[in-house]
Amino acid sequence: MVEVFRINSMRSIYRTLGRSVLTDIGLTCLAVFFIGLSYGAIAVASGLPLWVPAVLSVLVLAGASEFLFVGIVAAGGSPIAAALAGLLVNSRHLPYGLALPAGVTGRRWGRLLGTHVMNDESVVFALAQPDLPRKRAAYRACGLGVLACWPGGAVIGGLIGSAVHNTNAFGLDAMFPAVILALIVKDLRDARTRRAALAGAGIALAATRFLPAGLPVLLALVALLLLIRVPAATPEPAATPEPAATPEPGHPVGAQAGTTP
Amino acid sequence: MKEPTTLVVAGLATLAAGTYTFRLSGQLLRARITFPPRAAKLLEAAAVILLAALVATTALTEGHGFSGFARPAGVLVAGVLAWRKAPFLVVVLAAAAVTALLRVLGV
Repeated sequence: MVEVFRINSMRSIYRTLGRSVLTDIGLTCLAVFFIGLSYGAIAVASGLPLWVPAVLSVLVLAGASEFLFVGIVAAGGSPIAAALAGLLVNSRHLPYGLALPAGVTGRRWGRLLGTHVMNDESVVFALAQPDLPRKRAAYRACGLGVLACWPGGAVIGGLIGSAVHNTNAFGLDAMFPAVILALIVKDLRDARTRRAALAGAGIALAATRFLPAGLPVLLALVALLLLIRVPAATPEPAATPEPAATPEPGHPVGAQAGTTP
Repeated sequence: MKEPTTLVVAGLATLAAGTYTFRLSGQLLRARITFPPRAAKLLEAAAVILLAALVATTALTEGHGFSGFARPAGVLVAGVLAWRKAPFLVVVLAAAAVTALLRVLGV
């Protein structure tokens, strides 16, 4: 029964989306699988039992936050601090949910799973489609693909990692920062973000000498201040007859109109 | 793993439950609020800053001290390759290879 349902649903996805979109989704899932491999291998090599990356990959299903969690816990930091750092990284899923049109994640019970498979990739593919049926099909195909590939990669990678003993001799400890760097490099092309990221990295490095593991990474958020724009001193010619509310930095309300200088 | 298993499970459960809440609440709030793009950008930047700090600390430190030159050198090579849009696998393997090679050479 389940098998038949799956084949039918795959066929309808194929018919709805066409070949090129499905190829793109397939390649994306393959990339996710490879990142998952390195994730599992690294987590195990840094001293965590295999179940940690395995359970994280299924229940959290958001790569960057899991790397953060594993990195902080493996360095001896508090798992609670690691969870908070991970949650901050995952807060982007809130605007994702706002951006997706109603019905994309599924209806009724299907929505429970459809909500769980909301991630960077599935949202991007869904938003790129022109209409609701195609958005829904792309979201489902990519979401379920990632749900299979990410934990699959993590477990296989973890098994490979457990087989290797002297991981430092193979330079595996350098893979962890390299993976994360590769994941954020597209964001670092933006000069302002790069400046803030470098400042944050500097703060974290300086703090490592004094603070217990895990906290320096959180302290890096101080660098976010570099990105909070001070409201322009001269008031803009009022295009809207709004009362002169003073926009506070970080406060959502004032940010609707006329914030760009 | 130095932390007790129960604490790790608690952290893991917190992260999983909180992430699901984020995923769900955006959809439920869709009709009611508009999320300013600026706030979305700040959240995105916060994530990048945290991850960059993680890159720096895991590349350069071990405990409270310096990790030695081999690891950051490997990560630096990986960073240059990633910046030049080399494939993911090449980037990651280069990091490991450079670090391993430097260690063989006694760096």
